[in-house]
Amino acid sequence: MQNILLSTLAETVDWSRAQFALTAIYHWLFVPLTLGLAVIMGIMETCYYRTKKPFWRRTAIFWQRLFGVNFAMGVATGIILEFEFGTNWSNYSWFVGDIFGAPLAVEGIVAFFMESTFVAVMYFGWEKVSRGFHLASTWLTGLGATISAWWILVANAWMQYPVGCEFNPDTMRNEMTSFADVALSPFAVSKFCHTVTSAWIVGGVFCVAVCCWYLMKKREEEMALKSMRIGAWVGLAAALLTAATGHKSAQDVAAVQPMKLAAMEALYDGGRGQGLKIIEGIEVPYALSFMATNDFNGYVPGINDILKGYVREDGTKEPSAQEKINRGKLAIAALQNYRRDAADEKAFLAGEAPDLNFTWRKEQQLAILKENMPYFGYGYIKDEAELVPPVAANFWAFRIMVGMGSLLILFFAAVLAASYGFPKKLWEKRSLTSLPKWHYWTAIALLPLTYIASECGWMVAELGRQPWTIQDMLPVGASVSNLGASSVMTTFCIFLVLFTVLLAVEVNIMLKQIKKGG
Amino acid sequence: MQCYNLKSMQKNNFIYRVFDLYYDGFRQMRLGRTLWLVIIVKLFIIFIILKLFFFPDFLKQHAEEGGEADYVASQILNP
Repeated sequence: MQNILLSTLAETVDWSRAQFALTAIYHWLFVPLTLGLAVIMGIMETCYYRTKKPFWRRTAIFWQRLFGVNFAMGVATGIILEFEFGTNWSNYSWFVGDIFGAPLAVEGIVAFFMESTFVAVMYFGWEKVSRGFHLASTWLTGLGATISAWWILVANAWMQYPVGCEFNPDTMRNEMTSFADVALSPFAVSKFCHTVTSAWIVGGVFCVAVCCWYLMKKREEEMALKSMRIGAWVGLAAALLTAATGHKSAQDVAAVQPMKLAAMEALYDGGRGQGLKIIEGIEVPYALSFMATNDFNGYVPGINDILKGYVREDGTKEPSAQEKINRGKLAIAALQNYRRDAADEKAFLAGEAPDLNFTWRKEQQLAILKENMPYFGYGYIKDEAELVPPVAANFWAFRIMVGMGSLLILFFAAVLAASYGFPKKLWEKRSLTSLPKWHYWTAIALLPLTYIASECGWMVAELGRQPWTIQDMLPVGASVSNLGASSVMTTFCIFLVLFTVLLAVEVNIMLKQIKKGG
Repeated sequence: MQCYNLKSMQKNNFIYRVFDLYYDGFRQMRLGRTLWLVIIVKLFIIFIILKLFFFPDFLKQHAEEGGEADYVASQILNP
């Protein structure tokens, strides 16, 4: 009987992807709350610095405690992703060369020194350093975490839009030609702005949800009311910024990953003046064209257009999928020939083979490789259909993300209106501390929904670029290690248990701290 | 008197103050003890158990030292 646990390449790819997704999803439960709470606790302490009131000091310490719980639980969960690169994605790790390593190394050093120094001052320094230095340490703790996120997002953005590099056929690695191009790529800048502002939303919702729990329990009312107002301001500002940066991100995606955009919209046949679907059958006229090109009549290619080839707005032609596949195959063959000639040349130099004009032959192959390198990854594609990402998953993930984002703008605006007693007539006989319980529960229920929306954002980013690990350069099938699927499946299950236990521990400690109060 | 001056000098010393910040901080923490315990257990699982037994460096195991490029080429150039 055939053992179904025995590996095939396809199974190894699927399990490796599932494991990476699982690890990244768990990691992303901790990261946005860290970034979001960093802003919240920074504002609370700024209030203390300005007013010198013990109330604000107590409030700042309370939010810093919750930040600490989440920070401690999130520590090192991202390291596992790096383990996976070395074990499950060894071809990718080698191929990507120092481009991925440099930002991650900077991230590690900055995170270690900034966070370990300023976190210590923030928690241990209340009686030891001046108020100003303590406040600076609190903000720098948040800044350290945000800078860490920058480098991680730079690495991710490079996979979506590989720039500042050149492939070396001798070492089989991409070599960085411009650190600035990698670190400041427009794709990385947009990704950073969109991701970090969306993390602040999570912080805002978390803050409001915790405050609503206190109001429901009729505890810590002063802290809850004042914190809620700050949480709602942070959330509203963040939600509006996320919408604005999302617009820029959509334009980047339209420019460098048009297939992702087409999948997000389930757009098969594109054109000018495209509408944005709310759901299938209901659309906002011209909105997709505007989102993608900043022009209500801009051209947006659909999945079929991209596969067949189309003419871009600037008049240049985007080759068809088949042309790209042919050029990819040429690139792979040129690299094979180049490496074979290099090996023969080595044998000739050792006196073990005759001279067959290797230098000239290598130069010929190198020229073919360079000309076709932008399509290298297409050489692995057997069927055009492989180039289409999962449309339904992208379509719905995008709608959940945008839908929740829009809902949260209304939610934060409503919380702020309530917090300022606006409109007056409505709040004459009501108070935020004595609303029916379902109001508070609604706010609390929005927290898991916000997390789902945040994870959906990553689903769009990562599922939408399938089949690529590095856009157009390397597909997942060529990136994965030659491992048995069963071994990846085993570690997947270990992670599932480990992370679930870790999450349960965090939620437990966090709830205890919230119940304890300020 | 001399002793007192020496002591106060030491307490104003930057290195002493940094040491005192950490020493006192660790000594007085309560929630932090639980969090550090969780962090240490987690790091032990990640770096000792997972890294050593489940996440070896694939290329180090399968390619000769210095021959990684040839190994990767053999893997990805035969699609």
